[in-house]
Amino acid sequence: MKMPDPDADVIARREDILTAMRSIVPGEGVIADATGMAVYESDGLTAYRQLPLIVVLPETVEQVSAVMAYCNDHAVKIVPRGAGTSLSGGALPAADAITLGLGKFNRVLEVDYENRCARVQPGVTNLGITHAVEAEGFYYAPDPSSQIACTIGGNVAENSGGVHSLKYGLTTNNILGIEMVLPDGEILRLGGKHMDAEGYDLLGLMTGSEGLLGVITEVIVRILPKPTTARALMIGFESSEAGGQCVADIIGAGIIPGGMEMMDRPAIKAAEAFVQVGYPLDVEALLLVELDGPSVEVDFLIERVREIAEALGYVSMRISENEEERLQFWAGRKAAFPAIGRLSPDYYCMDGTIPRHKLPEVLARMSKLSDKYELGVANVFHAGDGNLHPLIMYDANKPGELERAEDFGSDILRLCVEVGGVLTGEHGVGVEKRDLMEEVFTEDDLKQQQRVKCAFDPNQLLNPGKVFPTLHRCAELGRMHIQRGQMPFPDIPRF
Amino acid sequence: MVEIFKPETTAQVVDAIAWASGEETPVEILGTGTKRGFGRPMGDGNRTIGHTVDLSGLSGISLYEPEELVLSAWAGTPLAEIEAAVAEKGQMLAFEPPGLAGLYGGPGGTLGGMIACNLAGPRRIKAGSARDHILGIEAVTGRGELIKSGGRVVKNVTGYDMSKLLTGSFGTLAALTQITIKVLPSPECVETIVLKGLDEADAVRAMALALNSSHEVSAAAHFAAPLSVGFDGAGEALTAIRVEGFIPSVSARSAALQEQWGAFGAVTTLDADASRSFWAGVRDVTPFTDAEKPLWRLSVTPSQAPAIVAAIGDPTFMDWGGGLIWCSSEAAEADAIRGVLAAHGGGHATLIRASEDARRTAGVFEPQPAPLAALSARVKDSFDPRHILNPGRMYEGV
Repeated sequence: MKMPDPDADVIARREDILTAMRSIVPGEGVIADATGMAVYESDGLTAYRQLPLIVVLPETVEQVSAVMAYCNDHAVKIVPRGAGTSLSGGALPAADAITLGLGKFNRVLEVDYENRCARVQPGVTNLGITHAVEAEGFYYAPDPSSQIACTIGGNVAENSGGVHSLKYGLTTNNILGIEMVLPDGEILRLGGKHMDAEGYDLLGLMTGSEGLLGVITEVIVRILPKPTTARALMIGFESSEAGGQCVADIIGAGIIPGGMEMMDRPAIKAAEAFVQVGYPLDVEALLLVELDGPSVEVDFLIERVREIAEALGYVSMRISENEEERLQFWAGRKAAFPAIGRLSPDYYCMDGTIPRHKLPEVLARMSKLSDKYELGVANVFHAGDGNLHPLIMYDANKPGELERAEDFGSDILRLCVEVGGVLTGEHGVGVEKRDLMEEVFTEDDLKQQQRVKCAFDPNQLLNPGKVFPTLHRCAELGRMHIQRGQMPFPDIPRF
Repeated sequence: MVEIFKPETTAQVVDAIAWASGEETPVEILGTGTKRGFGRPMGDGNRTIGHTVDLSGLSGISLYEPEELVLSAWAGTPLAEIEAAVAEKGQMLAFEPPGLAGLYGGPGGTLGGMIACNLAGPRRIKAGSARDHILGIEAVTGRGELIKSGGRVVKNVTGYDMSKLLTGSFGTLAALTQITIKVLPSPECVETIVLKGLDEADAVRAMALALNSSHEVSAAAHFAAPLSVGFDGAGEALTAIRVEGFIPSVSARSAALQEQWGAFGAVTTLDADASRSFWAGVRDVTPFTDAEKPLWRLSVTPSQAPAIVAAIGDPTFMDWGGGLIWCSSEAAEADAIRGVLAAHGGGHATLIRASEDARRTAGVFEPQPAPLAALSARVKDSFDPRHILNPGRMYEGV
């Protein structure tokens, strides 16, 4: 992965920049020694490492604004960072860029039960929001697997989902407003406690923009009353086709489960070996279906799902009778990543999304790719929304294996695009999938996205080297090719 | 002479807009024109609209896979055609797009028009608005370039979410050509629980209590006495909530909510048919359809609704548990209404219906703070540098 060449001029000015940062953010909030900065050299995509120019950890929005205004005036790039759990290198530092960590923005500012929302700082963890409101029977719905560590600011930047997103939506559907700082230091508020911020949907645009448009300094999230009951079914099938059909039939019956996850044989085997919760080892696909809501509804739907699975001839089925069993069913799925980690020195987690009915085809072709690259792969699948996480097993200490794993991963993502899906469902493009963007988008598509970036960040200082494969200067992007002349379309009906 | 171009292919839309851009001729982007009265009168400084690009010829459902909960259609497809197609498979557009024909006159609109205006009905509080259901979009920018964003899958962070940016942009950034949306199963059963005679403060309290319960209320509205007539209010104020879903679940939740609401007075219920027509009335704003007076839509912090209603003093009704207030006030009251909102937790006031003059002077949309207005203008320029698409429809100079 080629990152932009560091700007030698900026690196030469490091002492001046450091002095300026210390005048804005006092004390321990500026880190400049290599040991102190080492913590920030990577994110969840650990294959890539780079020490930042300087690490700055502001505590107030005014400090964020002052840092950004200085950087804008002095042509210094900025990489925003939350908890650094990105799996796509979204928070990967650059040698000529300040890493701006929002970790000190870690307070829940207000919980407003009357209006079912909470105002939080971006460094509050995803689970921290739920902890702040659960005593009153509420929760924050999106629940990415990293929810213990990942922050709400990062969730907004990546539009994070989680296992409940089919029923409860993604981050973008669960926030009402943000406060953000533009690259020139301007502080803006989008939305509030009311619904549907008017004007262009800049809140929707910011969500999933991977830190390229602005730095988020506050988030207003919706909170929901917690469902009273949840029960799960664990259903084994002899083929991924049968498992996929079961998912289609459940949705076809008008049922939207709270969670619906599928695992393939290698993933089942790895999970069972790790947590020993009684996963069936003689099936090709294991489907976990969770129903939540009022107990009457849950019991009713459990029975309907059981009938659907029965009609398809399941191999094995268990239905949770209590909370302990339900959590046990999930334990294997939730431990799938570390379970693979036990089998293989390293693994590479992919994140494509596909139309659900393409799953059997994608799995079959992935198995062929696995033979070709001589690397094992296990699959966990958010079956409800088509988000597929293949885990490629490799050993970084064996020469060439990392490169082979990356090529294998790229082929999987190309396959996802070919069947009508996309490169990334929830991990983001970051640096990891940057050079695959042309598989999905035309040059015109990408240029228009970069023009939008220029509307926010005309000097292109924010999160450099991420998302876009080819850099264009904003002035160049803004130019128009003018075609004048007589109406070139005599064939268009007109009145 | 103003001509109406009616392209039948995406390539023809590209041709028409590239030409208009070359000529610097502003064009009106139109579906069937049912919501022409929504937005500022167009024109940008001294330039007036040269031609109309009518997208109603770009029509038809191009993909519908009920088991994948996804539907794609050309922008000019009548909304009624889409709703009929999904209803046949027991599905729906969960955000309950309103039919504003009653407000503006004329027949129902198109998918493109509904997305361009980002409309949503009473289920907004549970299911979101149009922008929450859009998965992908194809559109022609003011540069005459065909772009796409998103796709046909729900979970997707591949590139910026331009689909949301174009939703609610009133045709000022790009002409939508094809749209992919999420569809959901229709509820098996619906029931409405009604309380009569509450004032605004008690009504909002009752609705909040229900919305804060785990009983998954899917709509909550309140009508003051004079406006409740069409809803069987018979001279009394009327507060209502809706429960939807599978039959046993609706029965259980309705019973629990009736008990909870018993503390506020005598509770009655509406059956499925009565419920459907009741909420269709809320959705389509029927209390204000025939009024000659201007109509405002206020999006506010729900708990502030009683104070806002009292401060405004004109006929109002509330949806979204108080988060949405419809009110019939003069356009000249714009500053006063916006002042009331600013003093009560913020929000925005939209002048939904008024004369052309009034819409030009009062401003249809909430004025934006200068830095936000400047950013919006830069976003506009990035799509449409020569300001040829629906110029001025949202804000002056945008």
